[in-house]
Amino acid sequence: MAAPALLVDNLSVEFQTRSGVVKALEGVSFNVAKGETLAVVGESGSGKSVTAYAVMGILDAAAAVTSGRAVLGGLDLLAASKEAMAEVRGREVAMIFQNPRTALNPIRRVGDQIADVLLRHANVTPNAAPREAIKLLETVGITDPVRRAKAYPFELSGGMCQRVMIAIALAAQPSLLIADEPTTGLDVTTQAIIMDIIAERASATGMATIFITHDLGLAAERADRIVVMHAGHVVEAQRTRDLFAHPRHPYTQALIAATPGHTSRLAELSTIGGNLPDLRAAKLPACRYAARCPRKLAICDSSLPSIDPTAPEALACHNPVSSPPMGEAA
Amino acid sequence: MKPEPLLDVAELSKRYALQPSGSPIARAIRRLRHGPEAVPKLHAVDDVSFTIGRGETVGLVGESGCGKSTLVRLIARLIDGNEGSIRLGASELTHIPAKRFASVDERVKIQMVFQDAGESINPRYTASDAISDPLRRLRGLSGDALRSKVEEAATRCGLPLELLSRYPHQLSGGQRARVGIARAIAVEPELLILDEPTAALDVSVQVVILQLLEKLKVELGMSYLFVSHDLNVVRLLCDRVLVMYLGKIVESGPAREVFANPAHPYTRALVDAVPDAKRPPSGRVRLSGEIASPIDPDPNTCRFVGRCPKAESLCRQAMPRLQPVRPGHQAACHFSSSGPQT
Ligand SMILES: Nc1ncnc2c1ncn2[C@@H]1O[C@H](COP(=O)(O)OP(=O)(O)OP(=O)(O)O)[C@@H](O)[C@H]1O
Ligand SMILES: Nc1ncnc2c1ncn2[C@@H]1O[C@H](COP(=O)(O)OP(=O)(O)OP(=O)(O)O)[C@@H](O)[C@H]1O
Ligand code: SF4
Ligand SMILES: [Mg+2]
Ligand SMILES: [Mg+2]
Repeated sequence: MAAPALLVDNLSVEFQTRSGVVKALEGVSFNVAKGETLAVVGESGSGKSVTAYAVMGILDAAAAVTSGRAVLGGLDLLAASKEAMAEVRGREVAMIFQNPRTALNPIRRVGDQIADVLLRHANVTPNAAPREAIKLLETVGITDPVRRAKAYPFELSGGMCQRVMIAIALAAQPSLLIADEPTTGLDVTTQAIIMDIIAERASATGMATIFITHDLGLAAERADRIVVMHAGHVVEAQRTRDLFAHPRHPYTQALIAATPGHTSRLAELSTIGGNLPDLRAAKLPACRYAARCPRKLAICDSSLPSIDPTAPEALACHNPVSSPPMGEAA
Repeated sequence: MKPEPLLDVAELSKRYALQPSGSPIARAIRRLRHGPEAVPKLHAVDDVSFTIGRGETVGLVGESGCGKSTLVRLIARLIDGNEGSIRLGASELTHIPAKRFASVDERVKIQMVFQDAGESINPRYTASDAISDPLRRLRGLSGDALRSKVEEAATRCGLPLELLSRYPHQLSGGQRARVGIARAIAVEPELLILDEPTAALDVSVQVVILQLLEKLKVELGMSYLFVSHDLNVVRLLCDRVLVMYLGKIVESGPAREVFANPAHPYTRALVDAVPDAKRPPSGRVRLSGEIASPIDPDPNTCRFVGRCPKAESLCRQAMPRLQPVRPGHQAACHFSSSGPQT
């Protein structure tokens, strides 16, 4: 197997707060290959964004990385110097943030913001940068790009700001793209266009993509593999088709059941029972899903099967939902 | 005869004036040569008419940038339109400038939940302050009466009372969304406008919020105007749906029927693009072709023509108007499909 584009191995992150230490991530491990699209899914608060921030080296001051490494092209990003990380960000790894309006500079024209990145990270001359910026705006489906390049963020709709963010991320021509909910503010036809652009980039340049989303339908359609997170743990990872056909972790199963698909009545939708555990608790059960889990065994409080960071699949559960029948697994 | 609607929007338009293109010098030269030039205008909302009945839930869907937020901001009277009328019950709202609207009686009848609950709540307000604020300003409540109303609204929205003393950054996304809704329903408005209230929420929180909205509708008899990109959610929650494309309503009708049998080619493409974990993406229509610009669009051309698989020459000669395709179901297309599709 070729070396993965990014290997995250046993990553743990804690936040100091006035009311105690929040154990936001514990032993998070996964990998993403060159050209691969890996979706990361899980409830709000499960640690998806914190994982992305840790890899990008942009955790806030109250955070501490207490264990682990994140290896990209031989460099451990968690141990790299500030200068090295500044170099990596933008050039090697680009991120699309969850909240585009606040991530854009409110007092700079959007065309200039894209041109800035082109000048810094791509081989583009100052003369050509504005033209290239307009081309990128066009690529992300913004009509009248010449005029829109001169707009300030407040003059654009929510979804247009999101597309400007995407243009900025792609301008850097990264080898790894971390997209945190890149299309939540977009209608499905625009979403399809954006996801096509990302996919084209991935296959043309071998860009690896980590795609954070709470839209399981979108993950099903776009990801090669899916990592499921719950309360700061990776609970399961599988190839996309296998995950939907045979969810193994009880949490994955509950998550899939709560997705509104063809259900005809609101009341028929199931919710996931219970809440995420309080991550400040002094003593959390080994499996953080234990308190909510209908398949819990006594052992689930005290130990958790470990996962192999380099494997394509992962399962952290003592009593998984039945395995695929013999012979059916592809 | 149909009962009088709660909200009656007629021929409403909003245009933004834009800077003419070119440098100031180039513009000056152009003016010298050709005389004064027209300021280009972006038609964000263009001649929109619709009604919302009492107790009705109406969904508003459409492409990013098509004018949904502008339309709901016009109705919530946060911005002024160029022309058209907005009647709420017996009062005409466009006579009151947006600047003064905050202080009139009608304010209490329309409340809005914003796209990002986190951004619209003052970071220095606790959840309780945030919910109290409109009650104090619009209903003149204070003391015990205020506190009990706040607690009632929080409880209705499934927000545990011990969270009321927390600041926004100490709440999860779903809890913040509930504060935003509690704040809007506390004053018991007649019309609640929700601009993508569940976009940032994961599925399980989303289900809780949607079930809450349905319960509140029954308990308080409110009407909703619900903006969302999630067609599954709109189908489940809304009685009727409006589909917008580049500033215009191109289709309206019963939500289930519109999504099951879309009459406008844009709605058809929209429905087709919904990702679905249980249905593999095969043979779907992907919109391609040229997207029309909302800046000074041709009034005699269908806005969808450049991307439309059904377009014919007529589509470039006349703007299609909304026409009935089935009872209560209208579409603005010269070649709308009226029979059930196969
Ligand atoms: N600065 C901080 N101080 C304290 N706790 C924090 C901080 N930032 C994040 N957390 C906590 O870390 C956990 C993981 O948060 P994260 O933002 O990664 O969630 P997420 O999976 O991205 O959720 P969402 O889907 O809502 O974006 C949460 O419990 C959150 O409250
Ligand atoms: N202050 C402004 N100045 C100029 N143009 C504006 C302004 N506000 C909005 N627009 C334009 O009006 C159009 C409609 O924007 P609006 O925010 O209503 O779209 P939307 O349908 O809500 O989109 P989204 O789904 O992306 O939120 C867009 O072309 C936008 O650029
Ligand atoms: S009027 Fe013509 S271009 Fe417009 S949607 Fe109908 S068929 Fe397509
Ligand atoms: Mg997040
Ligand atoms: Mg909007």
